[in-house]
Amino acid sequence: MKDKGRFGQFGGFYVPEVLIPALEEMEEAFYQYYKDDKFVAELNTLYCDYAGRPTPLYYATRFSELVGFKVYIKREDLLHGGAHKVNNCLGQGLLAKYMGKTKLIAETGAGQHGLATSMIGALFGMQTKIFMGAIDVDRQSVNVHKMRLCGAEVISVSGGTRTLKDAINEALRYWTSNISDTFYLFGTVCGPHPYPTIVKHFQTCIGTEARRQCLEKIGRLPDIVTACVGGGSNAIGIFNAFVEDKTVKLIGVEPAGRGIATGKHAAPLSAGRVGILHGTKMYLMQDGDGQILDTESISAGLDYPGVGPEHCLLKDTKRAEYVAVEDEAVLDIFDIFTKCEGILPALESSHSLAWVYSQRNKLPADTVVVVNLSGRGDKDVGIVEKNRPVK
Amino acid sequence: MKTYKQTFAELKQAALIPFFVIGDPDFDTSLAIVKAAIDAGADILELGIAFSDPIADGPTIQKADIRAIDAGMNIQKAKDFIKKIKAYKDIPIGLLMYYNLIYQYGTEKFFADFAAAGVNSVLIADLSIDDADEVLAPAQKAGLDTVFMVTPNTETERAKRIAEKCTGFIYTVSLLGVTGGRDQLSDMIKPLITRLKSITDVPVCVGFGVSTPKHAVQLAQAGADGVIIGSRIVKIIEDNLNDKKSIPAKVAEFIKEIKKAI
Ligand SMILES: Cc1ncc(COP(=O)(O)O)c(C=O)c1O
Repeated sequence: MKDKGRFGQFGGFYVPEVLIPALEEMEEAFYQYYKDDKFVAELNTLYCDYAGRPTPLYYATRFSELVGFKVYIKREDLLHGGAHKVNNCLGQGLLAKYMGKTKLIAETGAGQHGLATSMIGALFGMQTKIFMGAIDVDRQSVNVHKMRLCGAEVISVSGGTRTLKDAINEALRYWTSNISDTFYLFGTVCGPHPYPTIVKHFQTCIGTEARRQCLEKIGRLPDIVTACVGGGSNAIGIFNAFVEDKTVKLIGVEPAGRGIATGKHAAPLSAGRVGILHGTKMYLMQDGDGQILDTESISAGLDYPGVGPEHCLLKDTKRAEYVAVEDEAVLDIFDIFTKCEGILPALESSHSLAWVYSQRNKLPADTVVVVNLSGRGDKDVGIVEKNRPVK
Repeated sequence: MKTYKQTFAELKQAALIPFFVIGDPDFDTSLAIVKAAIDAGADILELGIAFSDPIADGPTIQKADIRAIDAGMNIQKAKDFIKKIKAYKDIPIGLLMYYNLIYQYGTEKFFADFAAAGVNSVLIADLSIDDADEVLAPAQKAGLDTVFMVTPNTETERAKRIAEKCTGFIYTVSLLGVTGGRDQLSDMIKPLITRLKSITDVPVCVGFGVSTPKHAVQLAQAGADGVIIGSRIVKIIEDNLNDKKSIPAKVAEFIKEIKKAI
């Protein structure tokens, strides 16, 4: 491996020996192509014509009135597939194509990354297998159906806690037996090096656009940029473009599930210890011995015991601040925001909206907040209906 | 305390190395099983401490991990287990683990405490030679041998560097994949043994997928210094959970069969 893939003490590539050659091959290909003119041009065309980039930066008038300051929404929910995941999948999928790989595998929680991978599998004519925890297959059945319609095989993982963590375990195991022709298209800024770096690179378009749009629309940078944090890809994608702008506060929002104090959450930055899982050193939810704990969140996409290594560093250096909001607040805001703006936010993205709402009338009226609306909530209407039946 | 070096020097055939998850299916049964394996002719023991997310393991050992954890296994009890085994017989013991458990315990303290309990080496499934720095000093300080993995897709230059860092033996993975019983040996293993034998004198022990007396013989003939049999033995435990008392004898019988073959 050329690089260690470290973010301070975090990151690295803690994997079985059998995976090292595969990661080396991927690292080499990434460094070879990510600035290559032909690769970049091809990716930009796909971003534009296939995915629907650039996405708008929308001034949420009524929601702004409600909270008492200016809220701008980065509309990643409008992308093809309904979430930011397509940015990464197009990038890695194209990389797989340049590497001559013919098969894709991916893990998925909410099904958004699985769906985006399935779309790209169809687009590039690659055989696609999606690993998904059995609980998630159940609670995100619409996405499962869409993946299958795209031609992907969805493998329901019944081991362990039957959620995202176990889907990753199973995808990694499958990969070790099939590394020669299979590309593991990882969904977030976690996992072994080079994934955190690759995924960040392909998601940074969110922040680059949002920064430019702020300057064009408002004539200045925002005061606060906020995003939800599962593995952390949509958050890094928008934070990365603002990290050097020291006046811009970065707020990552983790899922507090039923409350941090109950232990039933998925907020390792708020209540985890440094540990090693899935090839990376990061804040991690674990017991005293280091066994990984069960997580809980109403949003399947955030239901993961770890978090991207770069977020861990941003937390320790205090460049970003991480907070957590509970399921109840998430359900509240889903309703409030949809009624205000006529936009259904994904339950994942609703976490960052809930934090914004918690600040209502607490910030000066000219404060500008940019929210990364990482996905749309169509996939979640069943869950919302179950928890908050519409009368 | 008996070393790997002494063991390999004394043996005229390939070493027989069964693998068990400590505390599978429960502490006492597990202890009886491992003692029976020793009596049946095991030369070295490879023992795992159960982890919640064993990414290098197939379904058989995953289930064993869950059984052990559900039965209350933890790091302290694992240490007691090893002490009890060592009190029964001075046999070399290699631990096979995932990094987080060691990291949480404190790497240096883990190596020291488990060396004191009687372990000869600690192999970490998810720590490659690239991060060997994190464990070499603690291992040396504790007086432990070092063991790392080589796989069929490890390039020769890298295999040399790995061999240089191994003082106990090279854990040679027979196939591309996870642990689990297989009908056939992978055709990648013989060339790998030959390749390793041409670059190092460190004993080459082969694991992953080794399941039958015939496999063991084939590996021994190909030059392996030891055969590690995991899932096939763990499966005997899984298949006899409704009659736990019968497991030690059944495991012993299987080990004798392998021993006789090599
Ligand atoms: C809409 C949406 N937002 C956020 C996430 C969380 O992922 P990340 O933290 O990598 O952005 C997901 C994951 O499935 C998602 O579907």
